[in-house]
Amino acid sequence: MTTKRPFWGFGTPCLEHTQLPRSLDRPDPVPLPRTLTVLHPRPPEARAVPALKIGDTVNTGQKLSLYGTADYVTSPATGKITALSPMPGSFGRSFTAVAIAPEMPDVFDGEFDAVHRSPSLEAARGLLAAIPGMPAWERLADPERPIKTLVIRCVDEDLLVVTHQHVLNARGRDIQNGIRILKQLSGIEDVVILARREAVQGYGSISGRIVEADHRYPAALTPLVMARLFGKVIPAGRTSEDMGFCFLSAEAVASIGAAFDTGRVPVAKTLTVIHKDGSLRLAEARIGTAVDDVLHRFGVAIAAGDRIVFGGPMRGVAVPSPAYPVQPDTDAILILDAGRAAQLTDYPCINCGECVRVCPARMQINLLVRYLEAGKYEDAEELYDLSACVECGLCSYVCVSKIPILQYITLAKHELARMRRTESPNA
Amino acid sequence: MPDSQKLVVSFAPFWHNGSRIPERNRQIMLAALPAALFGVYRFGIPALGVLALAMSSAVLWELAFTRVAKRPVSVGDGSAAVIGLLFGMMLPATLPWWAVITGTFIAVVVARQIYGGIGANPFNPVSVAVAILMLAWKSRMDFDVALVNYIFDFPAVFPLSAAKAFGSDAVKSFSLLDLFLGRQTGGIGAVFGAGLVLGGAYLILRGIIRWEIPVSFLAGVAATAAVFHAADPARFASPAFHLLTGFTLIGAFFLATEDATSPVNLVPMLIYGAVVGSVAVFIRNIGFFAEGLVFAVLVGNLIQPLLDKIRPKALGKVE
Repeated sequence: MTTKRPFWGFGTPCLEHTQLPRSLDRPDPVPLPRTLTVLHPRPPEARAVPALKIGDTVNTGQKLSLYGTADYVTSPATGKITALSPMPGSFGRSFTAVAIAPEMPDVFDGEFDAVHRSPSLEAARGLLAAIPGMPAWERLADPERPIKTLVIRCVDEDLLVVTHQHVLNARGRDIQNGIRILKQLSGIEDVVILARREAVQGYGSISGRIVEADHRYPAALTPLVMARLFGKVIPAGRTSEDMGFCFLSAEAVASIGAAFDTGRVPVAKTLTVIHKDGSLRLAEARIGTAVDDVLHRFGVAIAAGDRIVFGGPMRGVAVPSPAYPVQPDTDAILILDAGRAAQLTDYPCINCGECVRVCPARMQINLLVRYLEAGKYEDAEELYDLSACVECGLCSYVCVSKIPILQYITLAKHELARMRRTESPNA
Repeated sequence: MPDSQKLVVSFAPFWHNGSRIPERNRQIMLAALPAALFGVYRFGIPALGVLALAMSSAVLWELAFTRVAKRPVSVGDGSAAVIGLLFGMMLPATLPWWAVITGTFIAVVVARQIYGGIGANPFNPVSVAVAILMLAWKSRMDFDVALVNYIFDFPAVFPLSAAKAFGSDAVKSFSLLDLFLGRQTGGIGAVFGAGLVLGGAYLILRGIIRWEIPVSFLAGVAATAAVFHAADPARFASPAFHLLTGFTLIGAFFLATEDATSPVNLVPMLIYGAVVGSVAVFIRNIGFFAEGLVFAVLVGNLIQPLLDKIRPKALGKVE
């Protein structure tokens, strides 16, 4: 979509985070489809025999660990495994797609039920890593980087996405319960609720310090929340955890609360479905539901050349096929009409400076992009602050030459990380 | 997983604010139009001929070069047309055709395309072309010589030449309002100060140029001229005179603000503007040329990469 540039362009563009419309009070359930596909974070290994094979029956909430490692996914339904196949992801990642033909009624797995009455971090890490919201257990419990403050993100990071605002609205009890469990598990006393001003009123029941998030995009991104609301600037290349702050989404906390409350591993994901005309709906779908099945529920037809994006318009990731499944961290599905998506060009930078003025990280993007185009990633990091980027996408949004700046930046960061990974064993 | 239907995949962000280079250049031409049309009114059909030839030859040079160099054809973005229009606006209305097309060749091909085209030129193409023409055909570019056959109802002498030759007494007869309203000789599109200010204000309000450069430029002109004037009021003209004559206003709003050759950060923009404005007055008052503003712009272009080293600290930057 191309949003109209204001006629008088004196200031910087002001994009506002979307407020949850009053009319959206409950998600529309997406019926259980004929196939659910979950993505195991490891590709099929030539020599290893997966722990599960086609035809095995799995239970709802069962931990599926294919190759005997710490990596696992959670079965979103009860049924037979119908396929195990490799699936490529973006930036060189690859998965094993586990297809399950679900049957009713659900038979819930007993492993978590057996331990949920005596909450422990091990049980949570071992069984609740792939629940909706994907809580970052390893970051929460890293002895090297002790967490002092837990931030519950009840605002959404991208435009048009309202999932976490809805979760705060609708699942206050689960969040309350989740906070209690998290405090118990981690020993962290300081809990901050990051929410919009309108949402802050009336949620006094949730225990925790409430911090109001700014409405203007990209104020809800972690580095900017840290800098502007907590007064702690994250040094380039470090994370909020290095500063003692761990961010969890509202849905992750609600899922934790619900899990320990019921003894069942949550398997339903709340999504914002953003239609071609920009109108919003909320959906609730089992993790692993194909995009197609979600869109079918809302009667959305996809034409050739359309784009389906997981996430919002500024930071989302386009998926290659309507068969792509909903992931535990898929907060939104954005459907973009072929004619309305931003087009890129290979025009050079004309040095207009719009990107420099809009950048929340105060980067010299006009100069940085020259290094990135030439593939000089190390110079880009050293001289022009590549690692300071918060990946909000505003530079590409305003670029008059329509250079894919954010793509260049993401690629450069990925390449640098890859280079360091291959170098470090030899160091 | 069946691939029943393949989708288009692209990278975030999926939105764009709709700004485009051709639109930007159209706005710049629109903003330059009042001053250019006034030039046609003041200097007649020859002025129209120069403007038309400058624009069309600039576009054709760009087309020819991109064809020969096997580069993507870029004339559609309008930047060659902008160069042609602004170049034409700097010229005397009587400049012969061969000088005009030589000038646009210098501007488009020598000053821009051989450096890589749009965005890659180290110097403002219009200023380079005007500077070379001033050196190559001094008398053709001398407004007093070039416009000798015109009959005006105001003093038909290029104000800056008069000021340089005879001191500030010689230009006392110019009323500032007359100068501002275009009752002076000079470049086709450079004499109508009111039109240039109008166009510049429009570009600033539309966000196409930034206020910092024109404002600091004009401040640099005024401050430097004020110092000279205070030191020797008989020899050096007043700041207001310098602001309203020659290429000051077209330079402030249309030359110094060119994207590729001007800085983007606040402090560098202010320094750049002030330096260009100040150097322009130095050349006028104690240099060789009566109007050396294009050389001042080139000096500014020269220091621009250095100025852009002055930049705010990035978020989380570790020293």
